[in-house]
Amino acid sequence: MQTAVNLWPLIGVAVIIVGFILRQNPVMVVIIAAIITGLAAAMPIEKILISLGTGFIKTRNLPLILLLPLGVIGLLERYGLKEQSQILIAKIKSATSGRLLIVYLFVRELTAALGLVSLGGHPQMVRPLIAPMAEGATENRYGTIPDKLLYKIRAMSAATDNVGLFFGEDIFVAFGAIVLMQTIMRGSGIEVNPLHMAMWGIPTAICAFCIHAFRLSRLDVEIERELGSQKVTNNIATVAIEGDNA
Amino acid sequence: MSSTTILPLDYFYILLGLTLSIISLMSYRDKGNSKRMATGSFWALYAVVFLIGDRLLPLVVGIIVVAMALIAGLGGVSLGKYGQFTQEERRSSALKLGNRLLYPALIIPFTTMIGSVVFQKTKIGGMFLLDQKNFTLVSLGIGCILALIAACRFTQSTPVQAMREARRLIDSMGWAVVLPHMLAVLGLLFMDAGVGKAVANVTTTYIPMDSRFIAVAVYCLGMAVFTMIMGNAFASFPVMAGGVGIPILIGAFHGNPAIIASIGMFSGYCGTLMTPMAANFNIVPAALLDLPDKNGVIKVQFLTALPLLTVNIFLMYYLMNAF
Repeated sequence: MQTAVNLWPLIGVAVIIVGFILRQNPVMVVIIAAIITGLAAAMPIEKILISLGTGFIKTRNLPLILLLPLGVIGLLERYGLKEQSQILIAKIKSATSGRLLIVYLFVRELTAALGLVSLGGHPQMVRPLIAPMAEGATENRYGTIPDKLLYKIRAMSAATDNVGLFFGEDIFVAFGAIVLMQTIMRGSGIEVNPLHMAMWGIPTAICAFCIHAFRLSRLDVEIERELGSQKVTNNIATVAIEGDNA
Repeated sequence: MSSTTILPLDYFYILLGLTLSIISLMSYRDKGNSKRMATGSFWALYAVVFLIGDRLLPLVVGIIVVAMALIAGLGGVSLGKYGQFTQEERRSSALKLGNRLLYPALIIPFTTMIGSVVFQKTKIGGMFLLDQKNFTLVSLGIGCILALIAACRFTQSTPVQAMREARRLIDSMGWAVVLPHMLAVLGLLFMDAGVGKAVANVTTTYIPMDSRFIAVAVYCLGMAVFTMIMGNAFASFPVMAGGVGIPILIGAFHGNPAIIASIGMFSGYCGTLMTPMAANFNIVPAALLDLPDKNGVIKVQFLTALPLLTVNIFLMYYLMNAF
């Protein structure tokens, strides 16, 4: 039963890891890794190019979800979408960055679990709405945010979308992952009920919510520790509300 | 394929191809961009892929991919001038337009949701309304068009301005825009070249798995690490389930298959949170949010992913034989 497995293609993996550690341009690293992997698998260069081309056409649907919304989002941003998000959040006095993101995490995970995975996403929700609101909540309490903390709040906004999506969608029975798992298991003669797989995702989904929500509450603590001394009396967001009421 | 669908996905490839062509032309003409020829050519090549990619020889597309990687890798995709409003102008515009700015943005997710849930199987005159393989993406595309119409009405602006803004956003992301696409190609090539088999072989040959806890840990950590390498838990599940999950955890230790599968997949997702290879979740958002560190999102995700991975190992260890 022992068949020799060609270990040479692992060089491609090594190229990727070294390339990312040395912080080379990722696009370049990926293409070099692809070519080296192909050569290691004894593919002629023409076949590698053909394989790259075929793959690139086959996966053209991937960039659509990122690129199609950009025009509208950009246009709305020009006319003040981010500013409007911040004005809205300033109206909720109890809002903090952490609390807002915990609510978003909950909604994102729950809707994903119901199969509504498109009610979120980085280009259409996080950039124009969630991240500006998370920033606005802190700005409203403390005034100007130092860059390092600002970037952390933004990064946490993106992370919250990811965590909510990943650990919510797998509880949805009709999700691709469940179908994939069923197919692989069936290939080995094991029948698994998709409903059971979805159900056994729930413990991890709950833990994911608790762990990430705890981290978001720590974010609030960190913000308070760093900016607690610079509470504001008058800032842009409150000025904006006064203008709104006028 | 397209003859049975009223709205095939191909229409949106053309739409994106045209958008990229316009962005490319604007880049060529942008005197404020020090590398306008390279930037314009980069988006022109990408436009070609969407406009006529399926009619080109795969070899030609392969050469285009390498050319794009060279332009991006040598720093050829650069920023230009976009004639933005100042923050004051944006703020006064926000005060004037109020929530009318929000509604078009919300049209996109809601149309996507309604399209893919309600109209998924709708037929008109014997033809499916939405592309059956890509109904979510087609719904998203329609949502974007509806949102654009609403946005132009509310802001009294034009689709041409929307193109300028699309260029601003796409340029601010630069090469990160094409990274997920390139990584998907690498994933396919990895599979062709047998990288999966090689990794599974190394894992199962050199680690003794006679203790149940070690076997569980190897399976969950393997899912995470392999996902970090491939950038995708779907690619690692067949490998790790085939190498460890099915023969050892289910076969030798009689674990519950639903638990092994489900928690195993979630362990893979922990890996997704920790790798630049999952570019559309980790690198693209960093670019979208103008983070100076492109690994900024991954760095904050580590402290959620690692505890969760540990929890997964213990959940699987205690649950797998209890039910």
